[in-house]
Amino acid sequence: MSLATEIKFTLNGRPVAVRVPVTMKTLTMLRDLLGLTGTKYACGEGECGACTVKVDGKTLNSCLMHAVDCDGREVVTIEGLKTPEGMNPMQRAFVDHGAVQCGFCMPGMIMQADYLVGENPNLTREDAQRGLEGNLCRCTGYTKVLDAVGSVVEQKCCGRC
Amino acid sequence: MQDIKTYLSPRGIDEAVRAMAAGDVTVFCGGTDLSPQVESGARQYTATLMNIRRVEGMSGIAEAGNLVRIGALTTVTEIRRDPLVARVASILAEAAEHFASDQIRNAASLGGNICNASPAGDMINPLLVLDAEVELARWQDGAVATRRVAMADFFLAPRQTAKRDGELLTAVFFARPATNFVACFRKSGPRPALEISTVSVGIGGRLDNGVFRDVRVAMGSVAPTPLRARHVEAALEGKRLDADGILAAVAAAKTDAKPIDDVRASAWYREHLVQVFTEEVLNHVLGN
Repeated sequence: MSLATEIKFTLNGRPVAVRVPVTMKTLTMLRDLLGLTGTKYACGEGECGACTVKVDGKTLNSCLMHAVDCDGREVVTIEGLKTPEGMNPMQRAFVDHGAVQCGFCMPGMIMQADYLVGENPNLTREDAQRGLEGNLCRCTGYTKVLDAVGSVVEQKCCGRC
Repeated sequence: MQDIKTYLSPRGIDEAVRAMAAGDVTVFCGGTDLSPQVESGARQYTATLMNIRRVEGMSGIAEAGNLVRIGALTTVTEIRRDPLVARVASILAEAAEHFASDQIRNAASLGGNICNASPAGDMINPLLVLDAEVELARWQDGAVATRRVAMADFFLAPRQTAKRDGELLTAVFFARPATNFVACFRKSGPRPALEISTVSVGIGGRLDNGVFRDVRVAMGSVAPTPLRARHVEAALEGKRLDADGILAAVAAAKTDAKPIDDVRASAWYREHLVQVFTEEVLNHVLGN
C-alpha cells in the first residue's frame, strides 16, 4: 500500500478532509473515495478533457493532478455547478440545445465551457472553439455544443444575468 | 510498485533543497508530464515525493533591472496572459498560445516543461531565442546556493539536463530584449491543440535598418535535444534580411537539423519542414 496523507480542501463549497494515497490522482479521489462520479475517466492522460474540474477557479485535467495537491484549495466538479434553482445557465443551455450525444464528454465540456464564459463574457464562437480544444467528443457533436455556449454568451450580453 | 516513504510539500526554497540534498526525490507540480510517464511505466516515483507548488518565491513574472525573471512554478496560462511578456517577449506568449490545451496550460509549470527536457518542449524554443538562463538552487554548507546555466548549454540528451542531483530549477532569466528585437515562433502538428511538435522553429534578432543582428535561432524536435541552430545564425548574422539572406538561412537549416524517424514524422519530412519553417518564420520576422 502506498503512503497516504490527510488533506483538507473545499469541494463544491463544502470543507472536506480525506486521507489519500500520495500517488492517487484527483479524479480517482473524487470518484472512488468521495463518490462524485459526475467527473469522467476517459483517456487518463490529459488528452480528452472528460475529467475537467475547476481548481482555484481554473480548469484542469483531474486525471493528471495528484490528489494531495488539492490540499488547501478550492475544487469544483460538475456536481458543484448546480444552483439552488437547479441547473446553472451552461448546463441548461446544453440541455436546451440538445448538445449531447452519448454524453460521456459532457461533464468536462460543460465545466470548460462554463470556465470560458466566466473568463471572457464576450466569448466569440472562435474563442469557444479554441477554448474547447482540450475536450474531445468521440461522437463529434461539436456544433450544438458551440451553439449552446454561444447562447449563454448572448444571455450575459443582454444584461439578464 | 513504487515504495514511497515520504511525502513533502515545502513552503520555502531552503526547505525544498535541503530535503533534495538527501537524494532520491521525485519533484512534481502540475503533473502534466509526470503523471502519464509514471502511468505508462516510463518513469518511476522515488523514495520521496515532493510537491513544490506551495514553495514561495518561485512563481510570477517580474522585471529585475534589465532582466525578466519568470518563476519556475509560473503556469503556461500565466505566461500566455502576462502583459510584460506580451510587451517585451511576445515570442514566449506566442509559444504559450500554441501549447497543449487550456486545461494543460492551467496546470503545467514553466520549470516542469524545461526539466522534462523533451526535444519538443514548446516553452524551451522561445527561451533559447531569448538567450535565457535557468537558475538552479541547492543546499550547500547549511545554506541555499545558486548557479545559473544558459539554456543553450542545459540540454544534454533526451530527458537529460545539466541539473545535478539535489538541484532545483527555481527560475528563468533573460535580458529584456532591445526595442528593435523581432522574433517569431512556428510549430507544426496535424492539429493545433494538444500537439507534440513535429518540428518547431523560433528566430529572433535585432533588425537594424534591414540588417539582422544578434540573431538567435532555435529548433525543436529535429535533434536529441532542443538546439540553437548555429549555422542558420551564422548565415543570418550581420546580413541584410532579404530574399538572398533568407535563401542562405534555409540552406543552412539542413546542416543544423539532425532529425530521426519516429511515430510523429519521418526524418525526411522533418528535414523538409524545418527548411519551410525557417523561410516562413524569416518572412514573418521581415513582415513585422
